[in-house]
Amino acid sequence: MRWFWIDRFIEFEKGSHAKAIKNITMAEEHLHDHFPGFAVMPASLMLEGMAQTGGILLGETSNFEEVVILAKVPKMTFHSWACPGDTLVYTAKLTDVREEGGMVECQAHVGDRLVADGEIVFAHLDQSDPDYKNVDQKDFVFSMNLLGILDVGQAGDGSPANN
Amino acid sequence: MPSNEEIFEKVQETLIDALGVDDDEVTSEATLQGDLGAESIDFLDIVFRLEKTFDIKIPRGELFPENLTSADSSLVEDGKVTAEGIEELRKQLPYANVDKLADDPQVENISNLFTVDMLVKFVASKLG
Repeated sequence: MRWFWIDRFIEFEKGSHAKAIKNITMAEEHLHDHFPGFAVMPASLMLEGMAQTGGILLGETSNFEEVVILAKVPKMTFHSWACPGDTLVYTAKLTDVREEGGMVECQAHVGDRLVADGEIVFAHLDQSDPDYKNVDQKDFVFSMNLLGILDVGQAGDGSPANN
Repeated sequence: MPSNEEIFEKVQETLIDALGVDDDEVTSEATLQGDLGAESIDFLDIVFRLEKTFDIKIPRGELFPENLTSADSSLVEDGKVTAEGIEELRKQLPYANVDKLADDPQVENISNLFTVDMLVKFVASKLG
């Protein structure tokens, strides 16, 4: 199993904002127990989906040279739920990018219904630290076919995508 | 330029948002780590919010210097900050109350230099 909690980007404006979707299906095993008889997407996994949307948006600004990690979730409110058959749309807007990391504002919607909104702070790993020397996120992004899910209507530089 | 009181109020709001603390906890003397429970990653969040709130730029390491004591061992001896270390801290943290640390220069007291008052003075210097 791969730790992907977004299926595809549907918008990607380099350094500005991104939208990704997550289709929820009953085939996802975690939904069988969450909860028996009432399958809802766990809030923690929606948070992960928003973090992946925002994290890739931030990573792309450095061409994935920086290793981006979720550092902190200062604010996150869940207003509603999402069930099998729903398409979650995650929106992340970069509010800050700097040498040490970045911050996004994000929302999750199903149709017009707001499911969650909040803020996520990311840090760039200090790659000179010997503890982190084996972390290669660029390799992760490319080898795991993440570029496939980046195949969107507009390429990172704003030019039309080739799909 | 806003008064120190106005800056304090905005810094207070910033810390309430970043650290989830109550307004009555954010006193001028409160230490970010000891009293308000900030962890290292919160410093990044605080820097983001201060930049946005006050429309200022805070270069990396200017407000919260990294590796204050680890790299250069001449700054710390037997768990205490040396006289040289105290001078270095005065240089790096001009808005902190280093005199207080000099009275009891235990390494673990370094974190007490980061107070709400220090943030207010730092922001005032940026706006001034």
